[in-house]
Amino acid sequence: MDKPFAITLDVGTSLANKTGSWRVDRPVYLDRLPPCNDGCPAGENIQGWLYYVEEGDYEQAWRRLVEDNPMPAIMGRVCYHPCETACNRAKLDEAVGINAVERFLGDQAIEHGWSFGFVAPPSNKRVLVIGSGPAGLSAAYHLRRFGHAVTIYEAGWALGGMMRFGIPKYRLPREVLDAEIERICALGVEVELGHRVTDVPEEMRAGGFDAVFMAVGAQLGKRAYLPAGDSAHVIDAVSLLHSMEGVDPPSLGRRVAIYGGGDTAMDAARTAKRLGATDAVVVYRRTREKMPAHDIEVEEAVEEGVLMKWLSTITDVDFDKGHIVIEKMALDETGFPQPTGEFEELDADCVVLALGQESDLTLLASMPEVVVADGSVQVGPDLMTGRPGVFAGGDVLPVDRTVTTAVGNGKKAARAIDAWLRGETLETPVRHELASFELLNTWYYADAPRTERPRLEVARRTSTFDEIVQGLDETNALFEARRCMSCGNCFECDNCFGVCPDNSVVKLGFGNRYRFEYDYCKGCGICVSECPCGAIVMEPELA
Amino acid sequence: MTATQKVKFYQVGSFAVGNRLLDADQRTVQSDVSRNNTITSGHRACQGCGEALGARYVLDAAMRATDGKLVAVNATGCLEVFTTPYPESSWQLPWVHSLFGNAAAVATGVAAGLKAQGRGDVRVLAQAGDGGTVDIGFGCLSGMFERNDDVLFVCYDNQAYMNTGVQRSGATPSAARTATTEAIGPEPGNPFGQGKDMPTLAMAHGIGYVATATVSDLHDLEAKVERAMDFHGARYLHVLVPCPLGWGSASKDTIRVARLAKETGLFPVYEAEYGTVTAASPIRHRVPVEDYLRLQRRFRHLFDSQGAVKRPDIVGQLQQMADRNIDRFGLLTDEVA
Amino acid sequence: MAVAACRPQVVCAYPITPQTHIVEGVGEMVKSGELAGCEFINVESEFAAMSVAIGASAAGSRAYTATSSQGLLFMIEAVYNAGGLGLPVVMTLANRAIGAPINIWNDHSDAMAVRDAGWVMLFAESNQEATDLHIQAFRLAEDLSLPVMVNMDGFVLTHATERIDVPTQEQVDAFLPPFEPRQVLDPADPVTIGALVGPEAFTEVRFLAHAKQLQAIGRIREVADEFAQAFGRRSGGLVNSYRVEDADVVVVALGSILGTIKDVADEMRERGTKVGVVGITSFRPFPLEALHEAIGDARRVVVIERAFSIGFGGVLSTDVALAIADAKARISTVVAGLGGRAVPEASIAAVIEDAMADSLEALRFVDLDRSVVERELARMAGDRRSGPSAENVLRDLRAVASGSV
Repeated sequence: MDKPFAITLDVGTSLANKTGSWRVDRPVYLDRLPPCNDGCPAGENIQGWLYYVEEGDYEQAWRRLVEDNPMPAIMGRVCYHPCETACNRAKLDEAVGINAVERFLGDQAIEHGWSFGFVAPPSNKRVLVIGSGPAGLSAAYHLRRFGHAVTIYEAGWALGGMMRFGIPKYRLPREVLDAEIERICALGVEVELGHRVTDVPEEMRAGGFDAVFMAVGAQLGKRAYLPAGDSAHVIDAVSLLHSMEGVDPPSLGRRVAIYGGGDTAMDAARTAKRLGATDAVVVYRRTREKMPAHDIEVEEAVEEGVLMKWLSTITDVDFDKGHIVIEKMALDETGFPQPTGEFEELDADCVVLALGQESDLTLLASMPEVVVADGSVQVGPDLMTGRPGVFAGGDVLPVDRTVTTAVGNGKKAARAIDAWLRGETLETPVRHELASFELLNTWYYADAPRTERPRLEVARRTSTFDEIVQGLDETNALFEARRCMSCGNCFECDNCFGVCPDNSVVKLGFGNRYRFEYDYCKGCGICVSECPCGAIVMEPELA
Repeated sequence: MTATQKVKFYQVGSFAVGNRLLDADQRTVQSDVSRNNTITSGHRACQGCGEALGARYVLDAAMRATDGKLVAVNATGCLEVFTTPYPESSWQLPWVHSLFGNAAAVATGVAAGLKAQGRGDVRVLAQAGDGGTVDIGFGCLSGMFERNDDVLFVCYDNQAYMNTGVQRSGATPSAARTATTEAIGPEPGNPFGQGKDMPTLAMAHGIGYVATATVSDLHDLEAKVERAMDFHGARYLHVLVPCPLGWGSASKDTIRVARLAKETGLFPVYEAEYGTVTAASPIRHRVPVEDYLRLQRRFRHLFDSQGAVKRPDIVGQLQQMADRNIDRFGLLTDEVA
Repeated sequence: MAVAACRPQVVCAYPITPQTHIVEGVGEMVKSGELAGCEFINVESEFAAMSVAIGASAAGSRAYTATSSQGLLFMIEAVYNAGGLGLPVVMTLANRAIGAPINIWNDHSDAMAVRDAGWVMLFAESNQEATDLHIQAFRLAEDLSLPVMVNMDGFVLTHATERIDVPTQEQVDAFLPPFEPRQVLDPADPVTIGALVGPEAFTEVRFLAHAKQLQAIGRIREVADEFAQAFGRRSGGLVNSYRVEDADVVVVALGSILGTIKDVADEMRERGTKVGVVGITSFRPFPLEALHEAIGDARRVVVIERAFSIGFGGVLSTDVALAIADAKARISTVVAGLGGRAVPEASIAAVIEDAMADSLEALRFVDLDRSVVERELARMAGDRRSGPSAENVLRDLRAVASGSV
């Protein structure tokens, strides 16, 4: 075409004009730490595995998950999900049902028989794990994957620790527990049941171990002084729950008083109901708000007919007469319960003590360098005790006593041990800025209320030990995962690619996100405003 | 909505530009790397220009809908000036600029010329700002509508003559400050009781398709362009495009401001065929008009230095206008997106 | 008819006296199917008419429109636009006076208003030439990529009937090939037409437009020659000289008045005055050289014009003066026929005689009613609020006619 000078121009000739020179600030892609990941005691990359669930690739999601935590089916039943508490979606409508999805993945893995993948080549190092609760099993799993030879010494007659002997079946069915433990052992973990350790250095020398991880838990129920306290009618909750695993169920009375306000107290009370108690009364010296038990435990217990007696302590027992004596308490200004001098009789034919647990630390006897304070083992940030090569984790430490924390400890210890065995120190990764709610543009997320897991009706619950909370089906799990807002990390929604008035975002293809074309970007900041997940930030343009 | 079918919950798929979980045909044209970029980089629009964005949205969608067989006729104004300063043109389609007031007539001529050559498969799109549509362009536009010429006319409404320095037009909203309606005196800003409701005027011509849209809802805008191209004959599309410079909003807020214009009810988003409204896009989360006004310095005189409403009388009148729109078009429904 | 034979593809026009029936005729042929492949658009204003033509031409179609006077001014923005963009639109301008006061009759003030817009402007002397010039116009426009305006005196030519030789479709097809645009809106080869050109290039653009018009001078002559070969008669060209070889006085004019002037010249030659006549056919580009040559050594030049530059003087005569600036001829501007007033042969003869007697002023208004004018001037001098001159003059004329003054 014979174009008249200046009047008619060739198309696209504006590309010669590099409008990037107009900028004062430039947009930069970044990854921020999602609150769910930040909140997970097991250090899971929750957002990372939810990403795969969103796509329907459950196996890939599971594999991503078990990079950090080998027991999702268990987690999905027992974890108190601090991830959901932290979830930004709660500020929009409701938190993403992460726990439900985790359980779904765990159950899928069991159903489809997925096995763990990669185990590194043998390192020729041997590590001893004492205790097969969540901390021990988690450590064993990670150490084995690093290629170390792992042996577990378990004092009891079965693996699982508190997961088997503390958490009731109605919360954690034993088939699920067994399946996930079996999968860990299938990696080649050596196990010796009934092997109680009393002298750590001796065991290490005898077994040729290069390092040891102590995860013996806190399995001794604390006792309070009660007259007739040693009678058969007073038992501690830990023993009660432990004995549930036996062949014959224990027999409690018809009216059971449970002394204490923690999760163990709730488990004990609910177990008592299922064992046939007409009344299960929780006696707690403070109020509901002050109870250490998690809300869900208390709610379920109340739904099942467990009664609560607040602001009460047990001062005397008289089982011949079939009652106990309780004293009313009142909270003083500091919130501490004070006796009021008023007494009451409460019908009860047995008392279950749920006053906390302590660790059996006799195995430390020959290691004076290992420091103990307040009944807990003291460790450094790498979970190593005062004795080199001796690490500890789980309930023996002064940490939150949950399965998830223990699992997290196991992973952390395994990594520390692995580094120590190679003569290196463990690097702590750089912590990214938190992806808080204000950094998101939530307009873009479709309105989607949370899916609740179906639950057994109360009547059926209290008469059996069947699992109460059912899982999500696939559609719901998918729906729930897609409620995730991917806080702080690009999930390729194409918004920046679409909203730039200057065409200055380049799409790099599926999985490769985007890049800014700084030759033309004028720094208007629309991309930052319209990024739903807050993965772009404006930085001053360098001279 | 006839134009868009809301995607049943899909993470961000209903609202964001794209999403890896959606099928390609449910994503926007903009999410596609092979989009035309009908206005490419290097143009001289201000940072955050709503019109540059809106025009690319419309034209990429139109190019997709017409398989690239499209000719654009542009009126004088910001869009024309910032895209074609000799020797640089950022257009990537056949494009002609004639005068300020004749885009509709030139487009009529292009359409007639193509038809005479037996090339009716090539479609024609005319575009102008609000001034070139409702004021100086109105005569030619009305003629084009009346003859039902086969042209899609797109108005990019930034509610004033921006290219010449922010002067009031027939589309300037009440109470807005412009250089010729300063925020002084007993009636600060543009007086109430003036202005043309161009989409309604278009509907009054009885043409096949009239729709309004904003740059904040891309799915909706693209669906409307596509729908418009299903029709032959005169069609009109009115797109709200914020101007950070003229409106006094932050350049990063362009889409946000457009969203609020819709969510307050001040800018109703709807479609009409042959003079009757056929669908309206419901407000998702309704907000009071001050949330929208506060972001723009052209309404600054309505607020005090702390951001509290200083002229409740004026804001009240604007709120009433929004309420009337909501009633008229039924913009509040129980439907969840 | 001639226009239709040129196979226009888009025809659009807005009604205005006196061009309307031209377009009506074409419109009828389109509607009946007689003229195929043509879109006829009933536009809502002249501004739209020229704009539609611009759009059609830019899309690669042969576009035609027609207007007069007020309509031309209403579309003037678009006239300049077509000129600037170089689109080969052909327009018939039925010359008519421009108001206020509103006047629907013939003069050339409308053409003069757009003489700088970059269009080729041809003036027809007769109906035959009007027909022929339209055919040449399309050819010229498309060769040069310039818009061409064919001027024909309103009512005089537009409404008169003369026996003319109407070219056949075959003849026109042979002379005028299909339109091949220089620049076109085509999705297969997109371009940006109508850029913003700043100070750094604007002068060059204008210079190039000027250069193209100067090229047109040669082309106009060629096309006229080619037309003569094809159709067997002379029409068009740059200037039309009549009996100028030994002329003592040459009369120069545009348009249909030339017919009358030539009759007067013949009559005066009989009586011994050597009068020559030069008709300017191509007003833009202005044929300085051809005109200079045509006028030759004539000592007196009388430019009879139907237009006037208020506050200054003649329009055509200024251009003519430039053409013969180096000659020693004496040039007079004679304003005649404004607003459609008839110009009798006797008036023309009188002017020529005065020129020969060297008593012709530099600027003369033919047949001016002095008494009316002087009375009005006196009133204006005496009374600041004498009212609009037109109304006063009309009132006076009625008074004169009724014999009361």
